[in-house]
Amino acid sequence: MFARGLKRKSAEDGEDVEGGLAGAQAMPSYSLQRQSLLDMSLVKLQLCHMLVEPNLCRSVLIANTVRQIQEEMAQDGTWRVVAPQAAGRAPLDRLVSTDILCRSVREQEGERPAPDAGDGHTPDLVPGLATVPSAQALRNPQSSLWEVDSSRENRGGFQKSLDQIFETLENKTSGSVEELFADVDSSYYDLDAVLTGMVGSTQSGHGSGLQAFSPATAAPPSSSCRSDLGELDHAVEILVET
Amino acid sequence: MSADIISTVEFNYSGDLLATGDKGGRVVIFQREQENKSRPHSRGEYNVYSTFQSHEPEFDYLKSLEIEEKINKIRWLPQQNAAHFLLSTNDKTIKLWKISERDKRAEGYNLKDEDGRLRDPFRITALRVPKLKPMDLMVEASPRRIFANAHTYHINSISVNSDHETYLSADDLRINLWHLEITDRSFNIVDIKPVNMEELTEVITAAEFHPHQCNVFVYSSSKGTVRLCDMRSSALCDRHSKFFEEPEDPSSRSFFSEIISSISDVKFSHSGRYMMTRDYLSVKVWDLNMESRPVETHQVHEYLRSKLCSLYENDCIFDKFECCWSGSDSAIMTGSYNNFFRMFDRNTRRDVTLEASRENSKPRASLKPRKVCTGGKRKKDEISVDSLDFNKKILHTAWHPAENIIAVAATNNLYIFQDKVN
Repeated sequence: MFARGLKRKSAEDGEDVEGGLAGAQAMPSYSLQRQSLLDMSLVKLQLCHMLVEPNLCRSVLIANTVRQIQEEMAQDGTWRVVAPQAAGRAPLDRLVSTDILCRSVREQEGERPAPDAGDGHTPDLVPGLATVPSAQALRNPQSSLWEVDSSRENRGGFQKSLDQIFETLENKTSGSVEELFADVDSSYYDLDAVLTGMVGSTQSGHGSGLQAFSPATAAPPSSSCRSDLGELDHAVEILVET
Repeated sequence: MSADIISTVEFNYSGDLLATGDKGGRVVIFQREQENKSRPHSRGEYNVYSTFQSHEPEFDYLKSLEIEEKINKIRWLPQQNAAHFLLSTNDKTIKLWKISERDKRAEGYNLKDEDGRLRDPFRITALRVPKLKPMDLMVEASPRRIFANAHTYHINSISVNSDHETYLSADDLRINLWHLEITDRSFNIVDIKPVNMEELTEVITAAEFHPHQCNVFVYSSSKGTVRLCDMRSSALCDRHSKFFEEPEDPSSRSFFSEIISSISDVKFSHSGRYMMTRDYLSVKVWDLNMESRPVETHQVHEYLRSKLCSLYENDCIFDKFECCWSGSDSAIMTGSYNNFFRMFDRNTRRDVTLEASRENSKPRASLKPRKVCTGGKRKKDEISVDSLDFNKKILHTAWHPAENIIAVAATNNLYIFQDKVN
């Protein structure tokens, strides 16, 4: 199943993963597998954040998957207690059997903790639920409880980390070419730009016809840089976590 | 040797030439041997014709990024004189190459010796006319145009227009139109980049010009949609003329639905009436007059559907398979894993799985159909899903424009198969 030479990790770690699981061979629950998928996706996104030339298509697809999981988790409204040691392990170490995740929604309905009507991927996020805790649990082995935070800020923080990954990708892939035919959106200034002093830029408005290269000036750092250090710190932690 | 990994395969318009590009930036062109009655076995064999370094690795100092020399696509121009022209592209730069033969050289110059040394003018007492003498055939490749600095993102497609004067190049977010003679300017015709990159949820995955209508092209997206655009309607083709999308089957939705719906390749039929799209598990044929759903859907390796999470983990789910039409549009072909490739006959509705491998087939022997066992008892000669080698992927295949000759790239090996003769 895997590339030859790579050992397949089995679900035998099941008994370590969840206190409630009875036998070693018990099939992990849907929400555990979903969590595993989310963890894996976050790791993938960060990996490609560190790569020299990230594949934009892959990053977009992974980010969309993360958003989907996020939305579903928010709808379910369930946050599970995760044992500290499990939370502290690198997600790939405990690859759980992923059969359930590949099944269709209809098959899964009986197993999901808070079954929704039909497909139920509505865009309305339940206010007050934070998606950040999943990343925090990853990062902080000491925490044994996921925080249910009523602050919208934290959820925005997680969303922002996703967005910043894109913005960073954008800055990594922009550069001299962008400067040739882009104006600068000075109202948006991302983390990377703050850290490295690079100028973020976005595509200019569309020319009506011929669009020859035109010189663009680099904008000075925007005065509307986010000054919320709490959010910034948090985003940095997510981005640089090992 | 990873630099030898073949990254693109393309026959020219006559099928006499076959070009391959590899990860190391090299282009190798094969030429079909002329029929020779005294050596019937070598009828139609392809031998190396020319090899040249098309692209070199570059370093972008401003972004601290390396630009890979890997050849993403090669497209031939229709032949207009004795020389052959092709476009080859890496992530950022497209080059027009001229491949020409030289089989004569001039002898008897007045101003220089045979070894090239200049003759002393005072010693020249008589004038002579240089004579052309035959020499061993030499095939030269020279870069005639370099189309650079027009793509911020990675180029995934190039397509020559039926007007033979222009071509398009597409990256993740934009499509540009070029004139083959003009390198310092290109026109942006599609731009899907959002003002804020944080809103980015969809990228362009492939693009192609219509084979006959020079104002029409299509581009596919990571969300499984295809847009057909008409350049006559506006200069910037952000509004599509047609939008092809198959409604999702809600009963089969999973977290991987979007990823596997992402289209990795789109190809018009030779007739121009149909187009074909390749997503992770299937190939779909669309009638250009019907946007609501494809007219045919062919399963490539449906047995992988239950393994999507593992394929997501090892990144195989992001593999970009290409697809191609036979010359008469009666059959289509695409690759899979374990060095398997699949062919679908649209008329008989039969399909076959074949393997490109030296161990499992002898030269000139017919290929044996393969079967993947999906569950239960594995029959003899079947291979089980868990034994498939996912490192052996066939992403690039090509079909001769007129005959039943196919080229299959299996990692760093090129296989050429043809219909058995007598």
